[in-house]
Amino acid sequence: MTAAVPTSAMTFRTLRRKAISVIMLSLTGLCTLIATGLLLFILGYLFVNGAKSLSWDFFTKLPTPVGETGGGMANAIVGSAKLLMIAMLVGTPIGFLGGVYLAEFGNSTLSFVVRYVTDLLNGVPSIVIGIFAYTVIVLPQKHFSTLAGGLALGVMTIPIAVRSSEEFLRAVPNSLREGAVALGASKSRAILTVVIPAAKNGIMTGIMLNLARVAGETAPLLFTSFSNRYWSPGFDQPTAALPVMIFTYAIAPYEDWHQQAWAAGFVLLMLVLAVNIAARLILSKQKHVAR
Amino acid sequence: MQPSAAKPTTETPMSELSTPAPNPPSAVPQHTSKLSAANLNFFYGGFQALHGISMSIYANRVTAFIGPSGCGKSTFLRTLNRMNESVRHARVEGDILLDGENIHTMDVNQVRRRVGMVFQRSNPFPKSIFENVAYGLRINGSPSRSELRDAVEQSLRRAALWNEVKDKLNQSAYGLSGGQQQRLCIARALAVNPEVLLLDEPCSALDPIATTKIEDLIFQLKESCTIVIVTHNMQQAARVADYTGFFLLGKLIEFDVTSVIFKTPARQETEDYVTGRFG
Repeated sequence: MTAAVPTSAMTFRTLRRKAISVIMLSLTGLCTLIATGLLLFILGYLFVNGAKSLSWDFFTKLPTPVGETGGGMANAIVGSAKLLMIAMLVGTPIGFLGGVYLAEFGNSTLSFVVRYVTDLLNGVPSIVIGIFAYTVIVLPQKHFSTLAGGLALGVMTIPIAVRSSEEFLRAVPNSLREGAVALGASKSRAILTVVIPAAKNGIMTGIMLNLARVAGETAPLLFTSFSNRYWSPGFDQPTAALPVMIFTYAIAPYEDWHQQAWAAGFVLLMLVLAVNIAARLILSKQKHVAR
Repeated sequence: MQPSAAKPTTETPMSELSTPAPNPPSAVPQHTSKLSAANLNFFYGGFQALHGISMSIYANRVTAFIGPSGCGKSTFLRTLNRMNESVRHARVEGDILLDGENIHTMDVNQVRRRVGMVFQRSNPFPKSIFENVAYGLRINGSPSRSELRDAVEQSLRRAALWNEVKDKLNQSAYGLSGGQQQRLCIARALAVNPEVLLLDEPCSALDPIATTKIEDLIFQLKESCTIVIVTHNMQQAARVADYTGFFLLGKLIEFDVTSVIFKTPARQETEDYVTGRFG
């Protein structure tokens, strides 16, 4: 009798535990499924709709006037490339050198402040960054330009560029710094000849992923590089860019424009994927990997 | 067999030293002092890691530092080439003389060129074997291609590694075994022709065969430079060192000819440690 009470209590408890286990396992599994499923769904949907609207013309022709079918987005592809180039020229040196300072020279208080500020900058809505570029470049110049758009994207890359450079430099074992200075290298020499080369692949990967991230930004371009239905020579004129084109074409009331928007979305996605894969390949192809 | 048999001094007992601060042992004055510390104190912030260390390290001899973990032997070793300076809130008091010149007033990079160091864990650079050894030469000037090649070969030979790596100089240093990597680090340190070589537990991560190779190497190297080795392994100290210093709680308890330290130590603490009663 005294033995029966614990036994039934035990079975009840065991059952309860098993039930909770099953419920929680299904819940976590379901959420995982939703998280990955969403991405697969978006990829698949873009692929189905985008790939079928894609043609050679898309890459080589300019947009056609309203009412005329056909045409492409050659100018937007080139425009996006130019914008990203400027973004890279703006963001990479600032981000990289800032990261070197934080990782190698910053004292703890200053580093904390800089890190905090870069995190805040990272949280600034992209449209606000666009307003910033609008204020410093578009307003004084009184016209939209590739330069303004590139600057806006460049500013957006800075926080992540700083933090990823810093992280990869910090990941370089301290023993390497010590090994270099123990041979009589100055601190700066050690950083230049040992630490940065050791972190180089990681830093490059960070920069590439960062650029891929801002390649899809639309908001900061709306009133900086604006848009353009023609070629935009140089860097001083408004230019088309893929994300802005997707936005313009997707909200237009024409069915063939929607098709073009799908195609543009697909191309943009493929670009970002390609950069991601390339970046990961670089990271995994380190010539000298520490064991 | 025992390297200590080659020890140049007589075995005359001078173990009746009762002074706690071990000044140069009486049996050794015929050797020239290469590196010496005078009343050296070292602080990590508020913590005093070294208390009034005074000792001489003799030229072309092997000096071993032994003692339990945290006794300050590695800290002391790292003050000898000013490696501890980069540690935040570190502070050093007292003088260290290299050939009679205070290293604290010398250019720090110059000190480290003359006093090389090999670390506990091998730390080859993520570069080729060749570039690892050539590194010190490159930062000290712009040697020609042939100068570099000669110096790299010579250093690798001195580190007894040449035969194992001569066909793969352009391969990554990380492809080498642990023992080979440590000898590569020794070759890298030797390439700049240091006058003193500091070894911070160089064999602690190595197997017995690799350890033997490094010990043989130490024995050969003392012809061309002065060697200081920190070790946890008392047999190792007995095998390779001419002189041994015993550290405890940041103090140099006893410093003498190795055989004296191990056979007839003057201080009770030393005897307790070398006989394995603690530590």
